[in-house]
Amino acid sequence: MSISLQGTIGRGEFERALNFSVADGEVLAITGLNGSGKSTIIHTIAGLVPLRNGQLQSDNITWDAPDSKQWVAPEDRTCAVVFQDLRLFPHMNVISNVAYGLRAHGVSKDEARSRSTALLARVGLLSFETRLPNELSGGERQRVALARALVIEPRVLLLDEPLSAVDVTSRAALRELLPEVLGSFVGATILVTHDLGDVEALANHSLSLN
Amino acid sequence: MKPRVSPSLKIIAAVAAIFVALPLVSIIVRVPWSDLGDMLSQKSTRDALLISLQTSIIAALLSCLFAVPLAWFLARSVTKGLSVLRVICITPMVLPPVVGGIALLTAFGRQGILGQYLYDWFNVSLPFTRTAVVMAQVFVAMPFLVLAVEAAFRQSDEGLEDAARTMGASPSRVFFTIALPAARPAIIAGIALAWARSLGEFGASITFAGSFPGRTQTLPMAVYELVSVDYRLSLVLSLVLIFISVGVLAAMRDRWMAGR
Repeated sequence: MSISLQGTIGRGEFERALNFSVADGEVLAITGLNGSGKSTIIHTIAGLVPLRNGQLQSDNITWDAPDSKQWVAPEDRTCAVVFQDLRLFPHMNVISNVAYGLRAHGVSKDEARSRSTALLARVGLLSFETRLPNELSGGERQRVALARALVIEPRVLLLDEPLSAVDVTSRAALRELLPEVLGSFVGATILVTHDLGDVEALANHSLSLN
Repeated sequence: MKPRVSPSLKIIAAVAAIFVALPLVSIIVRVPWSDLGDMLSQKSTRDALLISLQTSIIAALLSCLFAVPLAWFLARSVTKGLSVLRVICITPMVLPPVVGGIALLTAFGRQGILGQYLYDWFNVSLPFTRTAVVMAQVFVAMPFLVLAVEAAFRQSDEGLEDAARTMGASPSRVFFTIALPAARPAIIAGIALAWARSLGEFGASITFAGSFPGRTQTLPMAVYELVSVDYRLSLVLSLVLIFISVGVLAAMRDRWMAGR
């Protein structure tokens, strides 16, 4: 099992008991209305929010288990996130945004650059390397965020509403691109969305929070 | 259409503006312009100007070196007692500078709490040296930088820092590659402010470093001593300080003066 979560997330009325696991090559869609705690799941797995109780494991390594005080810091977890608000670094151009994670993992400058370029080619942004995020359209920014997450070759890919921040045309293009990218991704994918169309287009199975 | 500002308010505003402008203009009017070149090239003037520039630039850079990590700690740490630490760190802003000088003597003087050991063990005596001038300037100027930079760190997007961490960046990499670039405008403005404050520093430095011409005497100290001895020269040195201050304001106008 690549990733499994059994426990409680959130506080008060947002508290939720969860129990799921995702194997390599699988895409789990978690659906629910806005405010149902979908993003909290992503943030909990990424290590930005701690679990209330229970256990989060990846490849038999415990990332978070409050009862036994086990904790792996976000930077040491082998997962990558495409955030709902993307969070591209505004002061870095496209190639630096994509190469950032590789550089943080100690990959040399040249190798980081060539691997980033290869991924930008895969998402169709080869000629965009030197542009700044604010010079891109919503759909282009989304592709950069996707490339930035995939380039570090994570074991777990976390997608938070990957199609919510783009216009209709880009949405259609991304719906074609995403299955292609996810199909060749070897790790586990967790996709959070409020759109059942996304579930149908992208996921193997789904979990509803409603 | 009725005027937006009533005549009585206009008069009060005019009085306030004149109250600030008149003394500054008076200096410009009374400066012995014909002898300006000779006076500026006097050795005592040049010494004071050079010491002022040297110490204030070093003080501004040192303040930056220490204030930025401190501001980051204050902005992002979740340790208890942070508010107490913040109050201590910015106290020199409101402290009478002469009290700051006494405080520095008490800590770093030859009989000071730390100073006695520096002297006994390493034969280092800080008071009444140029290093003491810099220390006094850092003491009064650093809080301005801490406040400005902490505000910038607080306003910057923590979500970007979180994103960097999920990409494998260590806390120090996050600081240098994400937080620091975001705070850069505030840091630059803070350095300018700290430099201007260091340049004008008088009370703490004269108490802790003394006013020895050619050694520790800065421009403000020279102005103060010259008032009773050579009033015209003190006007010239004041003019230099006014020019530098206005220069800093002009350079920072985009940041401090909104629009128009």
